[in-house]
Amino acid sequence: MPSPYLSNTDADRGVMLQEIGVSSAEELFQDIPEKFRHARFTLPSPLSELELKKELGHLADLNANTGDYACFLGAGYYQHFVPSVVGHIIARGEFYTPYTPYQAEISQGTLQAIYEYQSLVCQLTGMEVSNAGMYDGSTAAAEAALMACRITGKSKVAVLSTVNPKYTEVVDTYVIGRNLLLENMQPDSVKLTSDCACLVVQQPNFFGYFEDVGAYARKAHDAGALLIVVVDPVSLGMFKPPADYGADIVVAEGQSLGNPVSFGGPGLGIFTCRKEYLRQLPGRIVGRTVDAAGKPGYVMTLQTREQHIRRGQATSNICTNEALVALAVTVYLATLGKQGLRRVAELCYHKSHYAATRISQLEGYSLVFPQHFFKEFVIRCPIVPQQINKALLDKGIIGGLDLSHMIDNSMLFCVTEVNTRQEIDRLVQVLGAL
Amino acid sequence: MTPKEYKYSPEHEWICLEPEGKGRMGITDYAQSHLGDVVFLELPSPGTQVKQLGKIGEVESIKAVSDIFTPVSGEVLEINQTVIDEPQLLNQEPYGNGWLVRLKLSNPAELDALMNSDEYDAYIAKLEEEG
Amino acid sequence: METGMRYKTLPDISRPGKVGCSLPELDVPPAELPQPELLRQELVLPEVSEVEVVRYFTALSHLNYAVDLGFYPLGSCTMKYNPKWHEDVARFPGFTSIHPCQSVGSVQGALQLMFELQEYLAEITGMSATSLAPMAGAQGELAAILMMKAYHWARGDEARNKILIPDTAHGTNPATAAMCGFEVNTVPSTKEGNIDLDSLKAAMNEKVAALTLTMPTTLGLFDPQMAEINQLVHQNGGLLCSDGANLNALLGRVKFGDLGFDCVQLNLHKTFSTPHGGGGPGSGPVCVKSSLADFLPSPLVAKDGKGYTFISPAKSIGRLGAAYGNFGVMVKAYAYIRSLGAEGLREVSTNAVINANYIKEKLKDYYYLPYDRTCMHEVVFSGRKQKAKGVRTLDIAKRLLDYGFHPPTIYFPLVVDEAIMIEPTETESKETLDAFIEAMQAIAREAEETPDILRTAPHNTPSQRLDETTAARSLDLRWQMND
Repeated sequence: MPSPYLSNTDADRGVMLQEIGVSSAEELFQDIPEKFRHARFTLPSPLSELELKKELGHLADLNANTGDYACFLGAGYYQHFVPSVVGHIIARGEFYTPYTPYQAEISQGTLQAIYEYQSLVCQLTGMEVSNAGMYDGSTAAAEAALMACRITGKSKVAVLSTVNPKYTEVVDTYVIGRNLLLENMQPDSVKLTSDCACLVVQQPNFFGYFEDVGAYARKAHDAGALLIVVVDPVSLGMFKPPADYGADIVVAEGQSLGNPVSFGGPGLGIFTCRKEYLRQLPGRIVGRTVDAAGKPGYVMTLQTREQHIRRGQATSNICTNEALVALAVTVYLATLGKQGLRRVAELCYHKSHYAATRISQLEGYSLVFPQHFFKEFVIRCPIVPQQINKALLDKGIIGGLDLSHMIDNSMLFCVTEVNTRQEIDRLVQVLGAL
Repeated sequence: MTPKEYKYSPEHEWICLEPEGKGRMGITDYAQSHLGDVVFLELPSPGTQVKQLGKIGEVESIKAVSDIFTPVSGEVLEINQTVIDEPQLLNQEPYGNGWLVRLKLSNPAELDALMNSDEYDAYIAKLEEEG
Repeated sequence: METGMRYKTLPDISRPGKVGCSLPELDVPPAELPQPELLRQELVLPEVSEVEVVRYFTALSHLNYAVDLGFYPLGSCTMKYNPKWHEDVARFPGFTSIHPCQSVGSVQGALQLMFELQEYLAEITGMSATSLAPMAGAQGELAAILMMKAYHWARGDEARNKILIPDTAHGTNPATAAMCGFEVNTVPSTKEGNIDLDSLKAAMNEKVAALTLTMPTTLGLFDPQMAEINQLVHQNGGLLCSDGANLNALLGRVKFGDLGFDCVQLNLHKTFSTPHGGGGPGSGPVCVKSSLADFLPSPLVAKDGKGYTFISPAKSIGRLGAAYGNFGVMVKAYAYIRSLGAEGLREVSTNAVINANYIKEKLKDYYYLPYDRTCMHEVVFSGRKQKAKGVRTLDIAKRLLDYGFHPPTIYFPLVVDEAIMIEPTETESKETLDAFIEAMQAIAREAEETPDILRTAPHNTPSQRLDETTAARSLDLRWQMND
């Protein structure tokens, strides 16, 4: 059968070939040396939509999904409630099939939504300006580090050991590329030398608890360095925004705000900063203006920072980012609003504390860190976490992250508003019975 | 009209001599018309030592960024804050109120290497032709 | 849309006390709150009802043009149709609701999909190994350049600090090279549109790490000198890397590996039909020959006796993201390849190239054609005939909006004055192409007879021409809400 994605018939092609002045399509490939033109490809035979939906359905069924299991896994990607509105809006063809909004006059929907996005994440983080988003939280952190190096003219990036280790790895990849240096620091021995461009911290940190970010800000600024804070955006429904601590750049993983976990991708790198650093901000930025009729409208602005103009001098090489994910964040924040986001944060807080209390009351289980936490906490376990997780999976529960390689016999548990009391009680019951 | 009393560099900057070994520089009408609407300027701080034809700043329009080169060596005395606040001045009055930097010249003999207004007019006429 | 709604934003609609969704009551005893210094004084976000959210965003969507509405002939963007069943399968809970840190045994379906996609992409490009980690084409380029750097450094050849890039290259190419600490040397193209081999010979030396080439080029042309280019680069100890943005012209027909490329970076959101999303998400996998496989970004999916698992290549350049790449996008590309097969892929390049040459033939008497030769999947015109009458390519593009089409790519590549780059893709019908051709011909006539209507275009779009100067000068980048 002909392909449903090709809109021309053999007759159409025949007419077009005639107009072009060739007798076969093969003639159009003459610039390619003959020996290269007829490669053989070993690929599975094509199947129809009907058959493939079934096949992909089988592949999907091989995965334990968090809809069918009670999930207590966090560590950077979080199961949060996504209101149905979000999915319906981003499924509109007018939102998911257009190109990047370079032709502003026919992209006002996308552009205005990005302006709303920029505004909303600034309200959330307390920072003054935002870009349209980057690939994910980790690359946002990496680009923030590079930006700090450009602003200060210095070449060292300090990262706290309590930052998500995967983020540190990504910062390292980017930093090595530019021949810069990354230095890991322990929270209790932060010493910033004069060649330090920035200090990267996470709040709450990778282990779930809050640190004295204000003190880090002072240390960084005293050394002439910028403070970069990686934040949990949902925590901002309840907890102090990093701007109030003196942050210069605030980044976050936007997946939690209206997007499924999706095996870690696509996500969104939220990227906000102080107004004075605007010209060093990587990525797209949308600004409000007027059109020829004097009506309000939106355009991409400050494009002279970007690759298509600056080329080798660009602030970043980023082109395609995660626009549709940012749209989901925008719809989510609009839907939850002031009261909703606060409520989600409070539910996470109280449920996770209930879980932490009950688990740590079990024989052999203890809370590792005494500091205040939001929705994640580390538990020391009486048996090897790998075994615990296997047992939990058999009982329909996805357990916390095995942290044994960092802290003996420990697990990082996460509880959000989607975990019911019954799920938590069941987790405690199963752990107690092991 | 290309001012007769100014001197011009191949990178489309001009310099106008002032008393006491000082000079005022800017970019030419040709340069501003090719840039389009100027939106931002980055200029050196007073006290900066500059060398002839070295980069001293950047001028940004909505579609391009251009380096600004100094036509002569010397020390930056002051920059035109008005044009920084109102970049459109650079498009409107490139030779007048859109001036950029006032310098103390360290080597006035360097002016001989620059073009006079006739030579500059011929220079840009040739560039336009080559297209 | 309600009168007056058109120019409102969320703060205009917001009223204290409104909520947009329902949330459950707390079902556990509340815990003690931490000290006030940790807590937020106030959270200021808009408050709107669900009804208002839906109406607001639905109205916004009506202001957008999209592939689902019409033709999008953007050169090198490959704006082909996005099959709808891909969207459905990508939404299976077994794909959306899995966590990257779950035990490998509990996500074998996801790993199998990724493994098979790795294999398919390697097969399609004629390479040995694939990493799906890069989240966009530009990140794929970053990976490629970091790998080539690592390759030379591992051989003790650290003097290689230059990358050669043709003057027709996409802006991400030099931007990426600079991000990796390389010096960029530009190689000019000839007036036939091919790389200037003499200049390339002169530029190739023991300091050159690599030549990055888009093939076909951004001029839409296949450089017949590929064999010589391949030899020149490799005999000098350099690597040959491809920006695979234009793969649509070669699908199912030509392997990058056969042409001599050591690595190629792909765009699933171009060639492999995943939607553009208004600017992402994309996915930029990178495929390499075995000489570079040890350097691939981690992790990769491998298959052993027990099933699928993640591995990290011996000398990997490291992680590019906190997880495994844009998995949600990979599902759609996988679905596409499974539905086309080798023959289907070949039909893509056949139709893409026929469509582009048809447009070239029909417009060459109306717009200046700088390279009058067979093109591949895209054709580049110049608006210089019209420029002589005072009409710029920008005006032509804006006027096309009035005819109901998204304009082609304009002012790129930089080597063509007033460039107009048209890539129709294979999914467009002859009827659509004819309508586009008619519009372009009409605009050419208007440029002669009534140029003013072009200079003030567009007239029939949701917004008229927008003032970018004011945007850059006034810098209104967000609204602000205070309590």
